[in-house]
Amino acid sequence: LSVPPEIPKEDVRPQWDNKFQYILSCIGFAVGLGNVWRFPYLCQIHGGGAFLIPYLIALIFEGIPLLHLELALGQCLRKGSIGAWSTISPYLGGVGVGTWMVSVLVSLYYNTVLTWVMWYLLNSFQEPLPWSVCPLNENRTGLNEECSKSTSVNYFWYRKTLNITPDITESGTLQWWLVLCLAACWVIIYLCIIRGIETTGKAIYVTALFPYLVLTIFLIHGLTLPGATDGLAYLFTPNLNTLKNPRVWLDAATQIFFSLSLAFGGLIALASYNPPKNDCEKDAVTVALVNSMTSLYASIPVFSVLGFKATTGYWDCLDRNIISIINEFDLPEESIMRQNYTLWIDFLNSSYPEKIAGLKLKSCDLQEFLDQSVSGTGLAFIIFTQAITLMPGSQAWAILFFIMLFCLGLSSMFGNIEGVFTPLIELRIISKSMPKELLSGIICLICFFIALCFTLNSGSYWIDIFDSYATSFPLLFIAFFEVVGVVYVYKIKRFSKDVEWMTGRKLNLYWQITWRFVSPLLLLVVFTAFVALQIQKPTTYAAWDPKYEGFPMKEEKAYPPWVLAICVLLAVLPSVFIPLVALFHLIKGMCRSKDPSFASPEVFLCQGDNS
Amino acid sequence: MLRVLLISLSVVAIARAELCKPDAQNAFKVRLSIKTALGDNAYAWDANEEYLFKAMVAFSMRRYSSKRTTQISNVLLCNVTGRVSFWFVVTDSSKNVTTVPGSEIEAAIRMNRNRINSAFLLSDKTLQFLKITSTLSPPVEPSTPAWLIVFGVVLCLIVAGIIFLVVGGIRQHKKKNKESAERESLEEKDEVTVTAENGIACESLDLKAGHINGVFAADDERFTSL
Repeated sequence: LSVPPEIPKEDVRPQWDNKFQYILSCIGFAVGLGNVWRFPYLCQIHGGGAFLIPYLIALIFEGIPLLHLELALGQCLRKGSIGAWSTISPYLGGVGVGTWMVSVLVSLYYNTVLTWVMWYLLNSFQEPLPWSVCPLNENRTGLNEECSKSTSVNYFWYRKTLNITPDITESGTLQWWLVLCLAACWVIIYLCIIRGIETTGKAIYVTALFPYLVLTIFLIHGLTLPGATDGLAYLFTPNLNTLKNPRVWLDAATQIFFSLSLAFGGLIALASYNPPKNDCEKDAVTVALVNSMTSLYASIPVFSVLGFKATTGYWDCLDRNIISIINEFDLPEESIMRQNYTLWIDFLNSSYPEKIAGLKLKSCDLQEFLDQSVSGTGLAFIIFTQAITLMPGSQAWAILFFIMLFCLGLSSMFGNIEGVFTPLIELRIISKSMPKELLSGIICLICFFIALCFTLNSGSYWIDIFDSYATSFPLLFIAFFEVVGVVYVYKIKRFSKDVEWMTGRKLNLYWQITWRFVSPLLLLVVFTAFVALQIQKPTTYAAWDPKYEGFPMKEEKAYPPWVLAICVLLAVLPSVFIPLVALFHLIKGMCRSKDPSFASPEVFLCQGDNS
Repeated sequence: MLRVLLISLSVVAIARAELCKPDAQNAFKVRLSIKTALGDNAYAWDANEEYLFKAMVAFSMRRYSSKRTTQISNVLLCNVTGRVSFWFVVTDSSKNVTTVPGSEIEAAIRMNRNRINSAFLLSDKTLQFLKITSTLSPPVEPSTPAWLIVFGVVLCLIVAGIIFLVVGGIRQHKKKNKESAERESLEEKDEVTVTAENGIACESLDLKAGHINGVFAADDERFTSL
C-alpha cells in the first residue's frame, strides 16, 4: 500500500477523550443560568403547567431540529463556525462571522454575571450573612436609611455589590472588589481553557455534574420547608386560558432557542472535535431532552424555596399585626394565634372599630406574596438570598447555591469561549507556531480589559442592554440563515447523505419535514413577532435611585439617544456580516469569470479529504 | 393617735396612687413578652417578679447617681395587665410626694439595661421600656474582611494550577521539538515514516474514540473458508 504523506503531529485535530465528555460539554453549554432563573419564572407567569404545552411544541419543532443541524454541521466539517460556514458556501461566510461576533459579545458580559456570583460566594463565608442585616448609619443612632427603606438584601445587592448610580449616563468609577472578582473569574476560565478541549474536557466533569448534585440537595431540603407545597401548587397549577395569548407562544419559542444556546457557534465548535462517524442524531435528542428535563427539575426546588419565602413573609405580616393588636388592647401573649386571627379581627372590628382603624394594620394575603415573581439576577441575588437567610444553617446553603450557579455559568462560558477560540485557531492570521496557551491567554486578557467597563457603577444597566439586544435579535436572524443556508444553498439532499454517512442510517421523515419547512417558517414567524414586540416596547430601564419619591420602587427612565444607538449597533453588528460577506463575494465573483472556491455540487464535504 | 396615723397613711396612699397612673408625668410604660422570649420555660408574672422589678429599678437609680438613696418602696407600679405591661414611677425619697424626673430615670435605666434584662432573662426587644430607646451595639468588624481571605486562598490555588499547566506545556513542547529534530535526522536516512490514515495519525485512532464500521467487521464471512 502506498504510504500517505507524513502528517506533522501539530496538525492533528484534538479530540474528546471519550463520548461522555463531549455530551457533557454540550449539556453544560446548554444548561446554564437561564434554566434556573428564567424557566421557572416563565412557567409561573404563563399559567403554570399550561406553559409546558407551547414549550414542548417549540422543543419538538424548533429546538431539536436546529440542535441536530448544528451538531451535524460541526461534526461533518470539523471546523469552527467561521471555517464551517465558509466551506459550505463563501456567500454564507457571514453567518460564521456573525456567530463568532455574538460569542465574543456574550463572553464579555456573561463573565461579569459570574463575577457577581463569585462575590456573593466569597461573602457567604461570613457569620452572619452580610445581606441579612442592615448596617448602622454614621452616628450609630439607627439603621442605614437606604437599607431600612428597602430591605437588607436589596441594599447589599444595589449598594454593596453594584454600588449603582441612579442613571446610566453616570458611569462612576471602577469598583475594586468587582475588578478583583472579575480578574479571578477570568483566571479560572483561563485555567480551564488553557489547552482548549484538553483541559475543558477534564473541568466539565465537575462543572456539569456538580449543579445536579446541589439541585437534588435543594430539592430534598426545599420540599421539607413549610410553605413549599403552596409554592409548587402555585407554579404548576395549569391555567389553560393563558395559551390564548400569543406572547406565551413567543416566550416559549425564544426560551427554547436561547436555552439550547443555538446559533452561538459554540455547538459547532464542540462537535468539530468529534470523530466524523458519530451518531449526532442521538446526541442532539439527548442534549435537548436533558436540557428541558433540567429546567423542569430546577424549577421544583426554586419554587419550593419561593413558596417558603412567601409563607414566611405572610406569617411575618400576620405576626406583626398580632403584636400591634396585643399591645394596643393589652391582651395576654398567645391569645391571638395565626389560626384564630381572622376571628379576633372580626370580633375586635365590631366592638372597637376606631381603635383597629387607628392601628393601620396591613392586609396579609398569601397570594400577594406568591405573586411577587422575579426572574434573572433579581431571583438569585435578592429573592433567593433572602430565602436563604430564613433557613437554619444559611452559610452552607448560600455556599452551595452560589457554587452551583458558578458551575452552571462556567460550563456555559466554556462553550462560548470555544466558539471564539476554535475559529481563531483555524484562521490563517494566527500563526500555527503560536502555542495554544498563549492564544487563550491573550483572548482572556483582552476580554478582561473590555469587561472592566461592566464593573463601573452603571455596569449592571449595560449588562441588561447587552442581554436584551446583543443576544436576542442577532441570534434569531442568524439561525434563520443557518437553516435556510444548509437546506437551500447546500441543498438538503447532500446534507442528508452526509448525515447518513455519519450516523449510519437514513434521515427519517421528521428531520426532513422540520429542516425543510417547519423550522425556517417557525423561525421567521418568531423573528418577526419578536421584532414587532420589541419595537412596540418603550425603551426604558428601571433605575435604582434612593432619592426617588417612590423609593424603594425603581424609577422608569428612558434611554438617552446615544445609548439607544449603542443598542441598535449591538443588535445590528453581528447580523450585518451576513449580507456584507455575501455582497463581498458576489462582487468578487463578478470581477472574476469563474469562482473556483465554490463547493461543486458533487462533492460531499463530510466524506472527502478533511485536511 | 391611731386615727391621725390612719388618715396620714391614706393620704399618702391616695397621693401615691395619683403619682402612678397611665400617662402620668415622669411615668414609664413597661411591656414584657415572656412567652415569646422563653417559650416553654416562661415564668408567670406575679408579685415576686414585681418585687424584683422594683429592686432592679432602685438598683439602677442608686448606681446612676450616688446621691440618690432610692428604696424599693419608692418604686410604684400600677395598671398591671395580662399582657404583661404596667406603668411605674420612682418617688423622691428626700422630697415628699414628688417623682424623680423622667430624664434621670431614663438615663439610669439606659446605663443598666443589660443588668435589668439579664435579671429577667429577657432582651431589649422582649423587655420594652416604651419611650426609652436602646443604644444599638456597634457592628463587629474584623480587620480584614473575611471575603478577601477566601479570595486570596482561591486565587493562589488557581494561579498555582495555571503555572503547573503552563510549565508542563512548555516541557512537552521542548520534548516534541527534540523528538521531531531526532525524527528529521532519522528521516534523512529514510528509515522511519509516520503512518497516517485519512489525515489522522494512526496512534490517535487507537487511543481516542474510534468506530468500528459494522459493514467491514463482518467481512470474514464473505471469504470462503479454506
